[in-house]
Amino acid sequence: MAFIIADRLTKTFPGETRPAVDQVSFEVKQGEFVVLLGPSGCGKTTLLKMVNRLYEPTDGRLLIDGVDARSMSATELRRRIGYVIQQTGLFPHLTIEQNIAVVPQLLKWNRKRIEARIDELLDLVELPRSYRQRYPRQLSGGEQQRVGLARALAADPALMLMDEPFGALDALTRARLQDELLRIQQRLHKTILFVTHDVDEALRLADRLLIMRTGRIVQFDTPLAVLAEPANDFVRDLLSADDVLRRLSLLTVADALAGNGDGQRLTANDAQETLQPGDTLREALIRVLRAGGQALPVVANGQNVGEIAPDTIASALTRTTHALPD
Amino acid sequence: MIDLLADAYNYFLANQSRFWAATTQHLWISSAALAISIAAGLPLGIWAAHEARIGQWAINLFGALRLVPSLAVLFLVQPYLGIGTTPALVALTLLAIPPVLIATYAGMRSVDSGVCEAARGMGMTAGQILWRVELPLALPSIVGGVRTAAVEVIASATLAAFIGGGGLGIFITRGYALFDTRIMLVGAIPVALLALMAELSLGWMQRRLASGLGAAT
Ligand SMILES: Nc1ncnc2c1ncn2[C@@H]1O[C@H](COP(=O)(O)OP(=O)(O)OP(=O)(O)O)[C@@H](O)[C@H]1O
Ligand SMILES: [Mg+2]
Repeated sequence: MAFIIADRLTKTFPGETRPAVDQVSFEVKQGEFVVLLGPSGCGKTTLLKMVNRLYEPTDGRLLIDGVDARSMSATELRRRIGYVIQQTGLFPHLTIEQNIAVVPQLLKWNRKRIEARIDELLDLVELPRSYRQRYPRQLSGGEQQRVGLARALAADPALMLMDEPFGALDALTRARLQDELLRIQQRLHKTILFVTHDVDEALRLADRLLIMRTGRIVQFDTPLAVLAEPANDFVRDLLSADDVLRRLSLLTVADALAGNGDGQRLTANDAQETLQPGDTLREALIRVLRAGGQALPVVANGQNVGEIAPDTIASALTRTTHALPD
Repeated sequence: MIDLLADAYNYFLANQSRFWAATTQHLWISSAALAISIAAGLPLGIWAAHEARIGQWAINLFGALRLVPSLAVLFLVQPYLGIGTTPALVALTLLAIPPVLIATYAGMRSVDSGVCEAARGMGMTAGQILWRVELPLALPSIVGGVRTAAVEVIASATLAAFIGGGGLGIFITRGYALFDTRIMLVGAIPVALLALMAELSLGWMQRRLASGLGAAT
């Protein structure tokens, strides 16, 4: 069974006529990284906050791991769900270690276990252990958000809710933290609901994109599928789905080779640049163009596994576009 | 001037037992008023901060009450409570509640909303949020309110003598009645020193707490 099942989840705020979230139904599998994307005011935060019951739904049902979210107390539920917000919400009067220890303490872990967990988490988010005694204000914005992430992960919740966690960071720090998050996710396999209105961030992080508009779900699919087949003009415009470079940045050299059968194998001569299977096609295209449009060999573990030429890229692009507008 | 101070000192030496009794009474009535006003103003301020609508309204009301001069408060309670220590205590308490209340309210409201949201989202109960997050963060502001209240109460307790409440004010009323400035000084100087001590010590505490929270700039 799916890990999260939302069944016609609805929230109408007191005094409002139009629901902020309107009969939303969806399912999320265990370990899935789902990004909620949509314009400001479309109900992303409201939907997220219904999951940990910071907002009580006015209608509908929510099952988390087979259990109705209303069947336990809200505080008990929240201690089992990691929560990261844009303003970090770190407690300014507590040190980094005290911040991280909050939920384990609420859960009455013993001192030794908490101490060990703090070290483990600081390592995980790549902060030096010497930061333990510091206060949040003594850290940079990016470091504070790492602490926010560590704090949310502290009691090892299966589910993480993240509301624009990197929204206030500069582009470079944001990109680095996205990488970190992906790396952490590869290790921990959390189920993640992540809100953003940054399209590139969404495409980069999501296993599946949940696209919302005025309180409803417009499309819920993988980034590639959403780009290839936007449900409507709204989605197309939101993602600039016609942006070829954007689509190429979601495909890898390996994807292109896989669909291309057994192409000829170029021998890598020493002067030439080589590509790796993990490179994005966007990266590959840039390198191919820089090499004057000639094919570049793909090398994995010292082995020549294929080549990427402009038409390899073009056909990979066509293959992922089911219905090309004529 | 020097003569005047010397005379005042001589009067003090001649009336030591009365002086110390009056000082004790002054301190007692001030501390009692302060303690009661904290016991009332703190929960009221917390309540007001949590009840966004009514809270603001209540705060404005108490803000307006502060404009009533302390002397007027003293004389206003007198017809109902008569003379003596009790009406003085009531008047001083009424005087001290608004600064404590307003500072508590302001301190609680100044807590970053993201911090409270995170606390709730992590599964803290309302009580845990209050004790572990809101009150520690509001403490510098609350101490600031207590400081204002303490200085006001110590100064105003002088007026208690007018309605038979005792305290160092008795020297001032007596000096005034006898047109004797040196007697007035025996009351006025210690009161000023006490108020100054309260101001300095609580101000120091407030700054220490604030710098502990990184709020001092
Ligand atoms: N506490 C509230 N009371 C009343 N209305 C609210 C409340 N919170 C949100 N809304 C309304 O509900 C709608 C959805 O808000 P929500 O915060 O979920 O949007 P969002 O998608 O998170 O937007 P953003 O990207 O700007 O954060 C908006 O119209 C908003 O005005
Ligand atoms: Mg939002």
